[in-house]
Amino acid sequence: MSVTTTSIAVDETPLVLHLLRRADDALILGHRLSEWTGNAPTLEEDLALANIALDLIGQSRALFDYAGSLCGLDEDQLAYRRDARQYRNLLITEQLNGDFACTIARQFLYSAFIDPYWREAMSSSDATIAAIAAKAEKETAYHLRHASEWLIRLGDGTGESHRRAQAGLEELWPFTGEFFEVDAPDQSLIDAGTIPDPAELHDGWSSRINTILARATLTRPKDSWMQTGGRTGRHSEHLGHILAELQYLQRSHPGAKW
Amino acid sequence: MYTQALNTKETVTAAEDPAREARFQARIDAEDRIEPNDWMPEAYRRTLVRQISQHAHSEIIGMQPEGNWITRAPSLRRKAALLAKVQDEGGHGLYLYAAAETLGVSREEVTDQLLSGRAKYSSIFNYPTLTWADIGTIGWLVDGAAIMNQIPLCRCSYGPYARAMIRICREESFHQRQGYEIMVTLANGTPEQKEMAQDALNRWWWPSLMMFGPPDTASQHSDKSMQWKIKRFSNDELRQKFIDATVPQARHIGLTMPDPDMRFNEATGHWEHGPIDWEEFKRVIAGGGPCNRQRLTHRNKVHAEGAWVREAALAFAEKERARTQQKAA
Ligand SMILES: [Fe+2]
Ligand SMILES: [Fe+2]
Repeated sequence: MSVTTTSIAVDETPLVLHLLRRADDALILGHRLSEWTGNAPTLEEDLALANIALDLIGQSRALFDYAGSLCGLDEDQLAYRRDARQYRNLLITEQLNGDFACTIARQFLYSAFIDPYWREAMSSSDATIAAIAAKAEKETAYHLRHASEWLIRLGDGTGESHRRAQAGLEELWPFTGEFFEVDAPDQSLIDAGTIPDPAELHDGWSSRINTILARATLTRPKDSWMQTGGRTGRHSEHLGHILAELQYLQRSHPGAKW
Repeated sequence: MYTQALNTKETVTAAEDPAREARFQARIDAEDRIEPNDWMPEAYRRTLVRQISQHAHSEIIGMQPEGNWITRAPSLRRKAALLAKVQDEGGHGLYLYAAAETLGVSREEVTDQLLSGRAKYSSIFNYPTLTWADIGTIGWLVDGAAIMNQIPLCRCSYGPYARAMIRICREESFHQRQGYEIMVTLANGTPEQKEMAQDALNRWWWPSLMMFGPPDTASQHSDKSMQWKIKRFSNDELRQKFIDATVPQARHIGLTMPDPDMRFNEATGHWEHGPIDWEEFKRVIAGGGPCNRQRLTHRNKVHAEGAWVREAALAFAEKERARTQQKAA
């Protein structure tokens, strides 16, 4: 019996690669947030987290759609038939949800980066990216507000919520260095004015973090060694489990339409 | 239906004030809407509180079987649609808890009743979702059955409930179409997909019929609810409407109802079904379904795990209030 694979290969030009990076961030974080559905601390938060998850999944679809149009694949092939090593998301997005404070801390750290990123990308020389960015920015501005408000509430709530929020920040801080990485393919897009330079977003991100943490009475974790690898497909142990769930139907029924 | 456990007898209390009750009934008969500040008989209020809160609990518990497939939905389009659907159901729970609050019961109070197992919710959500086809089947049958029951509730005599229902019905019919579309896709798919669809229909058909509650001959509760125009059709009438609407949909996509006695009666123009296993219905309502314990345990676990967050939000709000007062002083 011949063994074939259901995995696909993608021709990663710099633009396709970058689109996949952003699409994978949105999909994997959206997937993680969707795990909260029916499990949130209040019914209102069930709805809010589902909303954010829906926004992110929607963003990933727009990005996959564009990437797919450049490499001859569709959104579901890109989402369901790449292996973990072909996924390009930031490691922070695949980390376990942990408790509610940990999820909020992750959402805050990421949104504080991605919202200004999309705002800058609205003036991309690539019209499709500019259009995707304009829609995404409206959504991520809300995600940032939602996460900031909760972080302040938890940090300045009870002793327990403060402790949990601080623990969530410490846990996730080593994953924030990856936001600002630039490699050769991304640099070529930055030079062409296609995408923003994340290095230029660092100061704004940092001061936003300081402002909110101060209001939340939380302490900014110390910078030390930073995790890396998501952008080149070297992931944490968690991504394989996410993809095992996410992809299983497509993988076990090759060629079926759903 | 989502409130099928209402078919237990309401304790009959002596008329509180016969003249007032007569005036109240006259308003109902004239299709007037009763609003929260209007006088109403205590039994009317109690019946509504039970019905609305059971309905709300069903929406909330119903998030579990469908939520079970969000992370495994087979395409991005299906994933987004399912997530949005489960979110809608949570929203329905919210509006309904708000409608119950207009009758003087807090969300905490009715939530406690759910968590302690004193309150009921629809028996249908005590069955497991085993394959992706279950998601299609639930949308098609369960949301479909819910619509049959809830469209008349849009004219319910109690204003806040009727208005909540109008909004909810719009979303339920969207869910129903979406569920049926999943079934159409599966039925036209690979042999494995078609088998998956038939298997799901086999498992969900009878529990869906039970959603309408016991047969009219055994239902003790309907008379007063009918008189008060909380309910406008009997259980059997609604069940029949549902069957008549659904059987042709199944046939259209080549699926078979798991009922050897199902036949079309030319004379009446209705589809006739075989005997429903009312023992199973009673058992599931009483706690003996495949997932009763799982659903309630999960709800309790989520509630307990969220306690520190709710406490933190309260503590923060309290601090904010104190800070604002200090500033004002
Ligand atoms: Fe609903
Ligand atoms: Fe629904």
